[in-house]
Amino acid sequence: MTLNKWISKNTFHHSQFWDLKQLIEDKKKQGLTISLCLPTLNEEKTIGKEIILFKSELMDRYPLLDEIAVIDSGSTDQTREIAAAYGADVYLSADILPQYGEKKGKGENLWKAVYQLKGDIICYVDADIANIHPRFAYGLIAPLIYNETIKYVKAFYDRPLAFSQGVRPSGGGRVTEILIRPLFSLFFPDLTGLIQPLSGEYAVRREVLEKIPFPIGYGVETSHILDVYKEWGMEAFGQTDLDQRVHRNQETLSLGKMAFGILRAFLARSATMGLDIDMSKLSSIMRQFQAHDEKYEQIEYEIVEEERPPMITLPEYREKFGRK
Amino acid sequence: MSRTYASVEEIISDLPAIREVCASLRETLLANLVMIGEIPAPTFKEEARIDFLLQRFSECGLNNTSTDEYGNGVGVLPGKNRKRNILLHAHADTVFSERRDHNVSVHADKICGPGIADNSLGLAVLATLPTLLEKLGVELDAGLVLMGGARSLGRGDLAGIRFFLENNKLSLTSGICVEGVQIGRLSYASAGMLRGEITCHVPEEYDWIRRGTTGAILILNEVVNGILGIALPRKPKTSIVLGSIEAGEGFNIIPTEGRLCFEVRSESAEIVQRIAGELDDIVENVISQTGAEVDLDVVARREPAGLPIGHPLVKQTREIMSSLRLLPHITPSISELSAMIAHGLPAVTLGVTQGDRLHELRESVKIESMFTGIAQLVGVLLAMDGGFCDDPE
Repeated sequence: MTLNKWISKNTFHHSQFWDLKQLIEDKKKQGLTISLCLPTLNEEKTIGKEIILFKSELMDRYPLLDEIAVIDSGSTDQTREIAAAYGADVYLSADILPQYGEKKGKGENLWKAVYQLKGDIICYVDADIANIHPRFAYGLIAPLIYNETIKYVKAFYDRPLAFSQGVRPSGGGRVTEILIRPLFSLFFPDLTGLIQPLSGEYAVRREVLEKIPFPIGYGVETSHILDVYKEWGMEAFGQTDLDQRVHRNQETLSLGKMAFGILRAFLARSATMGLDIDMSKLSSIMRQFQAHDEKYEQIEYEIVEEERPPMITLPEYREKFGRK
Repeated sequence: MSRTYASVEEIISDLPAIREVCASLRETLLANLVMIGEIPAPTFKEEARIDFLLQRFSECGLNNTSTDEYGNGVGVLPGKNRKRNILLHAHADTVFSERRDHNVSVHADKICGPGIADNSLGLAVLATLPTLLEKLGVELDAGLVLMGGARSLGRGDLAGIRFFLENNKLSLTSGICVEGVQIGRLSYASAGMLRGEITCHVPEEYDWIRRGTTGAILILNEVVNGILGIALPRKPKTSIVLGSIEAGEGFNIIPTEGRLCFEVRSESAEIVQRIAGELDDIVENVISQTGAEVDLDVVARREPAGLPIGHPLVKQTREIMSSLRLLPHITPSISELSAMIAHGLPAVTLGVTQGDRLHELRESVKIESMFTGIAQLVGVLLAMDGGFCDDPE
């Protein structure tokens, strides 16, 4: 399939899936269970609203979701209390598979969700979205229900409120456009078809999630894309336009650290992807500057992309889900 | 829980259970509140909100839903008796411009956002009511007309509800106006009211040196001084609210345009009329003194009217509120209630919950007291449906 053909066939807009009754019927016919995972760390300002909307609209009114779970990294605010009060299943990440230790990072929560949650499909949605709406879940889940071939659906956000001309620039955030798209363009041009590869919202089939490793830090989305692409090809991907997403904006220095982590995750996959890069020779130190009056100083951050193995390799998981 | 009620006492004995069922629908109610609250709906631009409300009605299985030429959204839950219909009304418009950030935030005990109390919550209650009644297993004798009213506030001047009352073909027997706040509020009478704006325009070629004035602001100040000089009686209760004043652009630009919005309220129609005459005199006086163009534009007017305190609707409503430990706070209304009463429809206005920072961007409503407020509303509805609120005459 050519890239343009893939884009036209596997790119959706959430409004295509407005008929939730139909979606529920198809879900029932296939006997699917679906879990929503909200990874959190101090999200008390937005978590209540997300749970209320998803529970009311996609559990009570239209039973698309079979469970709504918060996997928390150890919030020190009211995140867990509010989430539980509004009816979500709340888990402390450290309590899941404790024998494997506790690592800090969003990827850790996503990985542990694969063990803890029961759904055949897991939909991950960030907990800091101010303009949350049920479309953030059903827009990503629907392509998996309607299309057997699709296994991994990413969100992207487009549709400005006003634009005067027919052609307009479109794409991802700063890290996507400055780092990811050039990298993909150089090495894996097919993957440039993903409009926002780093978006934190995606729905994935368990059969995929259990077979891929999870970097626990910044690189989790990038490595997922590379791993899914290598194993199942471009046809396994779908992407859905969810219109606008309002969330906290990150400072440039934070994005720099993110880019460093992503780059390491990308390079770590180079050997399996047919590129010849020796990771042991690469530095794990990211250097940035800050100024005190007239004096400049360099700050060093060690960013090591630790990685969790494919869940299917864990005996505990194989036993729980009856995998051989 | 009994499904038909032989007396108000039976309804009252069921109210704690009704409250529990309300609480069990918390996420449904709050989701409706969040989604309605995030749709901007300044007066005359309520269409998107009304669309959402009608969509909710349709999802609840209401077959008879429609909008009218004034933009009202109406859904009818049919009863057994086609000759009786109860109107539940919540105004859909808010005082906030669509340019304001309408993001709603959910906290452990309250919901915050512009217009969340006035009157997104009232509308959310209407959107949730069909589901609640279904869960309660209540089948009403009367039809239930659920109405999201357009063009209510400010210059809207209750145009939506007036149009509906004058043009609908339903046989309406009584009504409830649902307001987000404050719980305990009970209105069964409307105050006399006159709402208007005084605008002034000062020509560019105005002789500033000769007059020694600083433009439209000073002229409006003369108007305000005149209004403050109007004698207001203690009884009947009368007040003049100076709601907003606008003029000027900065530090050193003489303003040529100004606008003062005000509202006169009184229990007496004669006093409202007398004050209207005095306002005309004030405006004429300022024109003669300053030579500026000053206009008085009356944008809304209500006649005082109401139900007697002994009316069964008032008595039963008070009983129901008292049983829920709500101390009725009797307050005259100038909103939809006055249109209903003027139309001969016995009606009350009820509040749903506690709230604060009304008409500020951080307007908020408390969650826990909502369920008591809705139980109260359902209680009054059941009492109306049972005929316990009908005037014996």
